[in-house]
Formats: sequence, structure tokens, C-alpha cells
Amino acid sequence: MEMSEHTQPRPTPPAAPQLPKKPFAWERLAVTVLMIGGLVWSGVETQVNVGQFVANFGQFTQILAEMCRPDWSYVSYVVAPLIETIKMAVIGTAIGAGIAFPYAFLVSRNVVTNRFVTGLFRFILNIIRTIPDLLLAALFVAVVGIGPVAGIITLAIFTFGMVGKLFFEAVETIDEGPIEALRAAGANQWEIVRYAVVPQVMGFFVSYTLYAFEINVRASTVLGYVGAGGIGVFLQQNLGQFRYDRVSLMVLVIFAVVLVIDYVSSKTREALL
Amino acid sequence: MTVAQKEPIIQFTQVNKVYENGTVGLKDIDLTIYPGEFVVVIGLSGAGKSTLMRSVNRLHDITSGDIQIGGRSITQAKGKELLSMRREIGMIFQNFNLVKRATVLRNVLTGRVGYYPTWKMLLGMFSAADKQKAYESLQRVELADKVYARADELSGGQQQRVSIARALTQEPRIILADEPIASLDPQTTHRVMDDLKKINEELGITVLINLHSVELAKEYGSRIVGIRAGHKVFDGPVASADDETIAAIYSGADTEKVGA
Repeated sequence: MEMSEHTQPRPTPPAAPQLPKKPFAWERLAVTVLMIGGLVWSGVETQVNVGQFVANFGQFTQILAEMCRPDWSYVSYVVAPLIETIKMAVIGTAIGAGIAFPYAFLVSRNVVTNRFVTGLFRFILNIIRTIPDLLLAALFVAVVGIGPVAGIITLAIFTFGMVGKLFFEAVETIDEGPIEALRAAGANQWEIVRYAVVPQVMGFFVSYTLYAFEINVRASTVLGYVGAGGIGVFLQQNLGQFRYDRVSLMVLVIFAVVLVIDYVSSKTREALL
Repeated sequence: MTVAQKEPIIQFTQVNKVYENGTVGLKDIDLTIYPGEFVVVIGLSGAGKSTLMRSVNRLHDITSGDIQIGGRSITQAKGKELLSMRREIGMIFQNFNLVKRATVLRNVLTGRVGYYPTWKMLLGMFSAADKQKAYESLQRVELADKVYARADELSGGQQQRVSIARALTQEPRIILADEPIASLDPQTTHRVMDDLKKINEELGITVLINLHSVELAKEYGSRIVGIRAGHKVFDGPVASADDETIAAIYSGADTEKVGA
């Protein structure tokens, strides 16, 4: 700026405007107060007693101590129900994902342009997603009787809801270009879905299905609680008989299986996407 | 060979297009294109070039008027008739519109989809003859070695040539090219334009193309159509499109001039 050789006193620049003080965030204060209030209120309402938790801590350490000595001889009894659990998860996932696949296209607005159709089927999907799995399992135990079939139906419905939702969202984010190209080549709506949409989303579908399978293996261990078959039945029995040595063994076995399945599945999904 | 004795392959008669929001896309367009022509449409962005292109194969419906392809009205065509007319018109897009996760061969084969019953297509049953046809189209654009590569492994220029191969596999009588080189660098631009020119000259396929570049229009086209604000403001052989005419297409000076 200054081209002159001899130094001139610089004109004092006008004072820069001061950083204004941050306005007081009333909303934030209100939300904080509300949340703390809510926490206290729900504690009072559900009669939380911290003292009781501390008082019973001895019992907790006792259970923990028993669990530290797993009954290894029980492994042979666990294998069969564990396999049943995995079978339930496989079949339930397959059925649920199989139905979710065509259904997702039906609710995708870039495939089906009729807003009434997409709206109606989305509504049904959302309703199904709101039902908790344990409730479903209890319901199907009542309908089809105690056993793995109730568990399979439950897992199928859960998988349908989850994969259906994730997958249709993937379908809606595809590149629309190939759709236009196929339409220009004289393809009808079926052919457009087959050649412009499916190849773009197949990886997502397999990935979400594997993800649902991971969750299902974990969920199916619990479903036995309400009589829906699998290892959960044994878990419940042993807990009822205070056989913590067996419980801990089952927890370990389930842990190992879930770990292996999660690892294999997540590696596969990484490769797909 | 006199052009006048041939039957027109594309004929616009008083075509109007008004979008739902009231924007005028095309206004009273009369345009006759004969087989084997290489027609370049120029004009400003938003002048209606893309609308003109997409109304030929009815990706966009027109509001009034009539468009005939080889003497048959595509405007009136319904259902299967429309689909079978579309299959005779290949199209190339600015963004290539390939399925990036699929192989080059898959992409090129989709040009044949219109020739099969739906159930065969749902099962993916392309005939060996059509696979060969797809491979031959790839040879024509010199990408035969990429036949099993995934489309997204290719460069932009190569992807555009794959899309040309896809259009060729349709065995079309017309190829529409909507700004095919807008996302390409200058060298690949010439490669793609050369391919289109070759197809036009060797296979006699009529080419209707939108371009932004006047230089390319003059270099490759046999005829130039100027569009301004939905109106056809110029239509004539490349030689008759002098600088003044071009300037008028792009500026807005009202010199309606129709060359030979």
C-alpha cells in the first residue's frame, strides 16, 4: 500500500467493531432445565432407589463369582439349541429380506410414481416397524405354539421392517441417469427396474440383509425367553435354577458365535460397498 | 442423391411445449430432418435445446403439434408402439447415464432391452447373437478390451464412448446426443465427436446433437439449427451460418433468417 520511500506515520485505522457478546441462549437453558427435571421426575415416578442397588451389591458380586467358573461340561448340551438359534436367524432373515426386496421398490417414489400407492405401503411398513420383537414373538407363540417357528416368523417380520426401510431409502438415492437411458432405449417399467435400478442397489441389499442377520442372531438368543425356540429357552431355564455357571458358559458361547458372525458379515459388507 | 426426394426421418409440425410452471420450452417449431443428416442444435442454456431433443423420443411430452419419426407420429403413439419407436432412436447424454457398478458389456447390452419380451429381460436372458452385437459395437468405438471392466473404472471419455456403443447396439435409425461432450476435456471431446461422425457417415445413422461450441458445430455438422427462447431462429447448412448469424442466435437480435 505504502509506496513512498520515507516512512510516514500510518494513519490510525478506524477501530474495528468489537466482537459482540454472544446473546444469552434462553432456549438452551430451558432445554437443560427441562431434561434434568424430566430425569428427576421419571426417577421419582418409577421409584428408583439407589440405596437398594448399593445394598444388594453383595449379591451381584456373588453371582459374578459364580459366573467366573463356567460349567464347561455343559457345552455338549448347548450346541444343538445354538445351531437351532442360528438356523432360526438364517431362515427368518431370508424370508424377511426376500419379501422386503420387491416391497422396497413398491414404496420408492422414483420407481412407483403413484403417491397413493407409495404412501399406503410406507404406512404399513412403518406400522410393522413399530411393533417390538418380543411382543411379536409372544404373539406368534400364542398363534403357532411354542417352538422355533414362532421365532422364525418374528425374525422374518423384524427383518422385513428393517431391510425394507433401509433398502427403499437406498433405492431412492440412486443415480436417475440410467433410468432415463433405459427409457430412451424403449424399456418398460419392469425392465427399467431390472437394468437401471437393481444393479445400482444390489450391493446395498446384500449388505443390509447381512446386517439384519447379525442383529437376528443376537435377537434370537433372547426370543427363547418367550418360548420362541433356540438357545434362549435354555438361558431362561438355567437362570431360573440359579445355575450361573451354566449361564456364563452360554454367554461365552453366544459371545464367540456372535463375534465370528459379525466379523465375517462386516468384512463381506465392506467388500460389497 | 438429392435430399429433397427422400422421406423425412424426423418431422416437427407446429410443436409447442409449455411446462407446468408456465415456462415456454418450445414455440411453434417446424423442423424437418432427412436421413443421414448431422444436425447440430445450438443456442444459449435454457433456450430449449434439451427440450427439443427429449421431445423427439418423447422423454418429454409436447403440449401441442405433432412429431413424426419416419412417417409415424410418436406424439400419438401409445404403450408398446411408443416403446418400439423409442428403440429405433438411440440417445447419448451429458452425464453418460451408465450403470457405474455394472460391467461395460452389461451397459451396452441394455441397448437391446426393447427387443425382448419382459419376462426374458427380468431373467436377464440376452441371446448370444446380441452379446456379439454388443461386442461389435464396442469394437466400433475401440473399447473392445474393456468389455468386462466395470463402467466406473473407465475415464469420462471412455464412458461416453461406451454409451455410444450402447446406442449403436439398439441399431437405431437416429441418434440423439444431448450435450455429449459438456463434461469432457478437449482431447476426449474430439474422440467422441469423431466417433459420432464416423457412425453418421459409415452407418448412415441420422444424428441430432446439442452443442455449446460453435466451432465444433461448424467442424462436424452438416446443418445448424439455432434455438433462442424456444423459437427456431436459424436453420441452414453450416456454410450459411456466418458470424453474424451465430451472434444473433446467442444474443437476441431479431433477425429470423432461414438458410437454403
